[in-house]
Amino acid sequence: MASALINVPAKAKRGDIIEIKTLMSHIMETGYRHMASGEVVPRDIITSFTCRFNGAEIFRADLFPAIAANPFITFFTTATESGKFEFEWIGDQGFSETASASISVE
Amino acid sequence: MRFSGAIAVALLIAGTAFAAEIPQAERRSGYDFMKPDTRAMQDEDAANPGMLWVLDGEALWKRKLGAANKACADCHDDARTSMKGVAARYPAFDMALGRPVDLEQRINLCRTNHQQATPLPFEGRGLLALTAFVARQSQGTAIETGADPQLAPFIAKGRELYMQRQGQLNLGCTNCHDDNWDKRLAGSAITQAHPTGYPLYRLEWQSLGSLQRRLRACITGIRAQAYDYGAPELVELELYLMSRARGMPMEAPAVRP
Repeated sequence: MASALINVPAKAKRGDIIEIKTLMSHIMETGYRHMASGEVVPRDIITSFTCRFNGAEIFRADLFPAIAANPFITFFTTATESGKFEFEWIGDQGFSETASASISVE
Repeated sequence: MRFSGAIAVALLIAGTAFAAEIPQAERRSGYDFMKPDTRAMQDEDAANPGMLWVLDGEALWKRKLGAANKACADCHDDARTSMKGVAARYPAFDMALGRPVDLEQRINLCRTNHQQATPLPFEGRGLLALTAFVARQSQGTAIETGADPQLAPFIAKGRELYMQRQGQLNLGCTNCHDDNWDKRLAGSAITQAHPTGYPLYRLEWQSLGSLQRRLRACITGIRAQAYDYGAPELVELELYLMSRARGMPMEAPAVRP
């Protein structure tokens, strides 16, 4: 049951600096913990987050084991034209999630 | 003999005066003890990780399951109207069982009785998600738990447990949460123990958790044997705490450090 929460302003004026907030559901298991039996709990983290605007990459982050569960990633960009933000999270054990949000720029 | 009796009476009076209940006007939610950045997390839905469970709960609400092949929504329809204010009345008295049940237990009773499905495990993603989704519909409503007169003996039992010193550290809940709530314990604020935001996201847990999980952690902290999930004692304690917070607004899903 992976789910994402996205906050992108629905409208902005051309040239405005806007904040984009994303929250992804993930356990972010570090790979450094052990079970009672002594076996290592296999690493299970998100390794990459990408944001594309109208197809062009505008933000990318590589994630590592020290990042908390349910990573909250927020960044700023400049509103240039109306369009669609596409978000993608990729991680261990075949994890892959996408989300999108639209903005209209006047 | 008379002298030792007088001392006993004096101690008794001192004891009751020490464990004073918090006056209505001075009651504060755990939110008030938090730093601005943690408050900001709770205040905005897109930043509150508890909302991830609410989203999952919304999906589960509509999923048909069990031998009856029914979804929650088939009986209760739109939770936004049908579940509004419900969590603010829990734990509530269950006629069939003759004792109070909390919101998690009510959801599981609904699953077994009406959906004819297996109950969900305590603290599992599914039960937390459904509870968070139902509790979310009461956000902002005033807590009403304990209005039912049938609950009175159970609230009294919960209060007794709250006052009872126990464990290797020989502490009762009241010794911290009534007497020392304006102080700190190992750097963390001691709060007044008003359960306004459960189930809530604790940064320490990196997860959503129920009030029972919080109570069990506290009981382990005073080095006493914690009650099992679903134990009547825990439900009575939940009931007392919720009735003690009557009138305070619901915050679920809250965020706590």
